[in-house]
Parts: sequence; C-alpha cells; structure tokens
Amino acid sequence: MARPNRRKVLSAMGLALAASPLSARAAVIEGGMPWTPDRTQPPQPVDPKGWRYFTQEEAEAVEALVDRLIPPDPETPGGKDIGCAVFIDRQVAGPYGSAEALYMSGPFHDGTKQQGPQAHDPPALHYRKALAALDKYCRGSFGDKPFAALSDQQKDQIIADLESGKVPLGAKPGSFFKQVLKDTQQGFFADPVYGGNRDMAAWKMIGFPGARYDYTDWVDRHNERYPHPPIGIADHPDWKG
Amino acid sequence: MARKLPPKDVVIIGLGWTGSILAHELAQEGLEVVAIERGPWRDTATDFSPAFAQDELRYRLRHELFLRPAQMSLTFRNNRDQTALPVRDWGAFMLGNGVGGGGLHWNAETWRFLPTDFTLKSHLVQRYGQKFLPDDMTIQDWGVTYGELEPHYDRFEYLCGTSGQAGNLKGTIQAGGNPFEGPRSRPYPTPAQKQPFAHTLFGKGAADLGYKPFPQPSGNLSQAYTNPLGVEMGRCTYCGFCEWFGCANYSKASPQTTILPALLRQPNFTARTECEATKILLDKSGKRATGVLFVDSSGAEWEQPAELVILAAFQLFNVQLLMLSGIGQRYDPLTGEGQIGRNFSHQTVSAAMAFFDKKKFNFNPFVASGAIGMCIDEFNGDNFDHGPHGFVGGGYMGNVQSNGRPLETMTALPPGTPQWGAKWKEAVRDTYLSTIYAGSGVHGSCYTYKTNYLDFDPTYKDRFGRPLLRMTMDFHDNELKMSAFLTDRYAEIFKAMGAQQVVKKPRKGPYDITQYQTSHLCGGAIMSATPKDGAVNRYLQSWDVPNLFVQGASGFPQNAGYNPTGTVGALAFWSAGAIRSQYLKHPGPLVDA
Repeated sequence: MARPNRRKVLSAMGLALAASPLSARAAVIEGGMPWTPDRTQPPQPVDPKGWRYFTQEEAEAVEALVDRLIPPDPETPGGKDIGCAVFIDRQVAGPYGSAEALYMSGPFHDGTKQQGPQAHDPPALHYRKALAALDKYCRGSFGDKPFAALSDQQKDQIIADLESGKVPLGAKPGSFFKQVLKDTQQGFFADPVYGGNRDMAAWKMIGFPGARYDYTDWVDRHNERYPHPPIGIADHPDWKG
Repeated sequence: MARKLPPKDVVIIGLGWTGSILAHELAQEGLEVVAIERGPWRDTATDFSPAFAQDELRYRLRHELFLRPAQMSLTFRNNRDQTALPVRDWGAFMLGNGVGGGGLHWNAETWRFLPTDFTLKSHLVQRYGQKFLPDDMTIQDWGVTYGELEPHYDRFEYLCGTSGQAGNLKGTIQAGGNPFEGPRSRPYPTPAQKQPFAHTLFGKGAADLGYKPFPQPSGNLSQAYTNPLGVEMGRCTYCGFCEWFGCANYSKASPQTTILPALLRQPNFTARTECEATKILLDKSGKRATGVLFVDSSGAEWEQPAELVILAAFQLFNVQLLMLSGIGQRYDPLTGEGQIGRNFSHQTVSAAMAFFDKKKFNFNPFVASGAIGMCIDEFNGDNFDHGPHGFVGGGYMGNVQSNGRPLETMTALPPGTPQWGAKWKEAVRDTYLSTIYAGSGVHGSCYTYKTNYLDFDPTYKDRFGRPLLRMTMDFHDNELKMSAFLTDRYAEIFKAMGAQQVVKKPRKGPYDITQYQTSHLCGGAIMSATPKDGAVNRYLQSWDVPNLFVQGASGFPQNAGYNPTGTVGALAFWSAGAIRSQYLKHPGPLVDA
C-alpha cells in the first residue's frame, strides 16, 4: 500500500497544512469531477519522544507550566502527563509557530482591543523570548532556581502574576499567559494524534466520544448518557488496514 | 504582460454557491462558461474522509479550509478617528477559499427573509414614521419583493434538499412551522431533522411561554434526497463536525453535493482553480467589461476575454474587485456620495449560557448538526410592535447549539470560574454534559449607517502590492438596544426550561474584529432603484457596466435577522433568470437608469 510511503514524506511539522493552498498548483478542470485518490492526507501521529523546538530547559519550564495550568487529580492526569508540552512543542515547531498563514506585513502598531492582536513575534519566537525572561525572573527572585524547580505554591503565584500582568513577560503584559493557556487547553482537548490528550483522558473526563461520526441512533434518546468510550482519529478502523 | 486566452461567452469570478448556480444556468443556454477560482478544487470523496474529517484542531482552530490572511486580509477600525490595523488572523467572521466557497464550511441554516425585509424602509416609515428611525441610518428597500423571489427560494431549497416544516403554505398557516414566514408555494423538499434533547426542551420552554417554536430549516438532510439535477445526497448522521468542516457524508448541501457534478458534465464549462482574479477589464468607454485579468499559482498573468462577466466572489472581495477595477464611484462617508463600499453590515448576534443540574440533565451536546435547532420568530424583523421599544430590527432565536466539540464548548463556564487550575478543570468536567450554549442563539439583524463602510487602506498592501480593503464598522445604539431586548426574551425561555443559572450575553459595543459572530458580511455593492443609491439594479446588474452582474450578499442593502444563504441562492436564480430571459436576447441595461 502507498499510505506508509506518503506518511514518510510528510514532515511532522507540515501536518496541519499538508494541503496548503499556497503550495497547490493552478489547474484547468473540465469534463467531469476530478479524482485524486486520498488527495487530502490524514495527520501523521506525533512521536512523543524528544523535543523538536524547545531546548531541554525550555521544555522543563513548559512542562511545569502546563501541569499547574491543568493540575493532575486522582481521575485525570495533569497537563504534563497528558502531553500538553509535547503538543505545544510540535505546534510551535510547525506552521502555527511561525505564523505562516497569518498576515504578517508591517508596519506593526498596537491598536485597540477590538482591533485584535498585532504582535510582531510569531508564537515560536514569543515562547523563546518569554521563557528566557521567565527563567531570568525566577532565578533572580527565588535563589537562582528555574521555574520548574519551584514549589507548586510559588509556581501558582507566578502564573497568577503573569495572568494579571504583574510579571510582564512576553510582548505585552499578560500576552504570554494568554498564549500558553490557549495552547495548553488545545493540547488537552485536541485529538491525541497531535501529542496531547493522551489516552483521550480529557475526553473521558467530560464525556466527549471523540471522532465518532454517527449518532443517528442517539438523536432521540433524550436525557440518556452515551455509553461508548471515545475514539480518536488514529484509532479509527480505517487506519488499521 | 498578460497572456490572452481564447474568448469565452461568460467568465465567472469565484466558484462558490452563486458562481456554481450562474455557471450551471448559463451553460444550460449553450454558452461557453469559464469560472476563475482563487482556491483549490475540493470534493467530498477526496478531501473529507469520515476517518479524519472530525478534527477540531485542524479545521476549527487552524482553519485549514479557509482563506489564509497571508494571502489576503483587510484592515479594521471602529471609526474614522482611528488608524485601521490589519486583521492578522480571522476572528469576527471566516472567509472561505476554494471551490464551494462559504457553501462548503457553512452550517447550512437555510432561511428565507420576511416579506417586509425586502420593503424595509418604506414599511418602517409607513408604520412608525420617518422620525422613529435614527438620523444616520441608511436602510433601503431592495427593489425586489418576496413574491418575486419566492419561486427562486423554492428552486434553491429544492436544489439543496432543505429539511424543514412549512409554516405558511400559499397563505395557510401550518402547525409546527414558522407562522411568520412568507407564503411558500410548496412544502420543504424533505421533512425537518429530528431534534436532540436540549433543542427539544427549548421548543417546549418556548411553547410554555406562548411562542410558536419550529425546527430550523436545515441543509443537513433528514433523509436521502435526489435533487432536480439528479445529484444524490445522504442522510445527516448528527456527527457534530459541520460548520468550519467539510461533510464526509454527502449530507450537507454545498455546491459539491448539489450542483458541481451536474455542472462538470456540461462540455461547455471549464473551471480554473488556484487562479486569483485581479481586475475586471473595461473598454475605453469604461461602460463595458471585456474580460478578467487573473494570476495563476506560478505568478503568471492571464487575460480571459468574455462577453459577460459574473462577479461571484465573497462579499468583501466583490467590493474590493469593483474598487480595484475602477467600476462605480467609491463611497465617501463625508458627503454620502458614491456607491461602492456603502451600506456595509454584518450581524448583531448574542447568546445566553444556560447551566442545568447535572444530576437531572444530560444533553450529549456532541449529537448535533450544523443547522439543528428549535427556533422562534416572534422577535424577528417587524413581527412585533417596535413602538414601545425605541429600536427597529430583530432576529430569530433558538437553541441552535451545533456541536459538543470540547475546545469550543468549554468556553461556557459559570461566571467566577478561574481560567486555569484545579477549579477550572472541575468546572469543565461538571458542566460539559449539562450546559446549553449556542454562540449565535439570538440572530439579530444589522442595519446600515453612514459611518459603516468599506474603502481602501492607505498603508497596508496585499501580496501583489495592491491596497487592502479597509473596514470602518461599529455598532449603533439601535442594534445594541435590540440585542439587549432580544437576549432578555431568550434568557426567559431557558428559565422556563428549568435552567439553574442563565448568563445573558447581549451584544455590546464597540464592534470587535476578534469576536466571532457569523460570516454574514453584507453590502458594499447594494441593490437599488436608481444608480445614485447603489451599485447594482434589482437583477444584480451593474448600473455602470451592464455586461457585469454582481452576485451575493454584497447586494444586500442591510442585513436581516436570518442567515443569508437562502436569500443569496434565491437572488442568484433570480439574476440568472433575468439574464436568460431578458439580457441574452437584448444585451444592455435591464432597468433604465
């Protein structure tokens, strides 16, 4: 089968935009509906080993951050064990991290809240600069300890100060908090194929059945709990051929 | 230097709903038709697999099916005192890209506008008097009536297989349908979709308060259907991955599932994908289009000569291309003169979050379709007396929650919930199955004002070095009052359903380019009775260039309290009908200026 070969040629970074409109070619279409088998590719599952973008120190800080933003509890893992840091690493290593799809022409000015983010730094660079500043801040304030080595209470205080803008890391006060919170939540709830939501634990926590595609039998079963466990894209029977 | 292609009879810019309809109608006349489409070819079988279409990150958050701002964006400001800044990532609306256009990623909510929506200005002045309207409001009559459009609404619904319950059949009110709708000549082609628990409960709560709830007209089909072109569609499976996604089940009405298979069989039709139209070319008189200039994905420039030009891009890009082509006079908000860019509108959407006792209510929010929902229309248009309220306009409201996708659904948390930490996690866990939140539950109208318009940005450019479009847009008191009133009524229904806590979210100003409402941008090249008041006549024919027809919501003088696609489709058939029955016999202006 051709599928494994195609998977090989897809880089892990390019998966979200494998069918990028800018990379496609002009075509003349006539005489019938064109047919290109498997034209749009499924995403390639993330290999959780190692880091693609973060340095080891950065990765440790991000793991510590995501594990306080979404702490573990007896039923559901926290952000670290569920894979949020791996998710963020793979995302910032790819087109999301470089803001490839966004309008990034200058000049850059801050506007009103209603005009939306005007950050010059794409997410990957935002992380690099903010994590360096976080490290400097923690070492300066907590006896040369990096963020990951602090107590949970100290970490929570710093996150609260990032949220309020009291510790001004990132492009603007509060901007790094927003960035890392959004990315962490996405890693928690996105399909496990992207490296987070390991074992679909986040979906199990809320009762979301995932990538099932047919609830015909359930539309008129009112006020009844859906009994089946979630499935992910990579679990789909069509992938096992 | 552009290479010149052999002439065609018709060149169409954009292959979404209106481009597909016009292409099919004109190809039926035996004309040689070519469509120029900026984005890629897309089709169900090759692009939307039920194995991986249900991917919230890829399609909902990373916007795979949409135009990328890197390719084309616009700038935004609330008013003329501000400096507009680029929209760097999409927020308030989403812009489709590729074959199918917005018809691919829409929810398929397939409404008709009210008869009085088409005669809005004269109706409101007659009922309430001119002084009841705000001074700077610029609403207009459409120049076409509901009665004239009815056969064309019918054609669009039968093309799509729309699932619904008629409320007014040839003037007779039908139980279970929308009693406020204009008379329809026959029932919907397929019965209404079944409703999940939360939507059913909303219908009951609304009925308890004396309203007349009805199922939302849906382009996600309740049963298999073969349309008049012989194209077959399947039954919707309530997968909960509809809007922002392509449908892998052939169940969502889109150009791909209703018209393109028939169109592509026409030997006199050709589509060119990954080709961006950059200009409509005019002859020396400036009164006649000679064709279209476009750039392909390699950067090569081509000229496609044609006798008839159909501009069928998204609303913003219709307006932009008219401006870039020097067609019509650009609107000046200081003098009120000029037609291109005026009467820009969007939607005034609001919502309420309803939290129910999780021990008693389990909604399974993931069981849904894009156009699911029970709605009421008591507060739409002029269906109620506005006299005591001091505003005009309205909207339908309903539980139209279309999904339980976690990243979208988790935004509905009780007030006071922290944004992170153990308490956030608990709140997400404890509310997911027992909360109702439809982001566009109250679908308010957006009327037009002198100060809301489109023109060219003086600073920011696209990748060809051309000016970006600049949007100057804010909400006015009329719309904010309307939103507050409607949202109060909406919240009362959730209370009647037994919600423990209802959090009202009326629309507040200023207009925010980051807050998603709908993708229903309207106006900028509006229909009018005279060339002074708009860009196109009642047949969507350019007043300035009679062999140019401008399709879509750019022609709406203002936006009603409904989703626009039903009306966009009806206008396309109406315009195509005028071209076929009148224009082709006597090419020239169909309405005397």
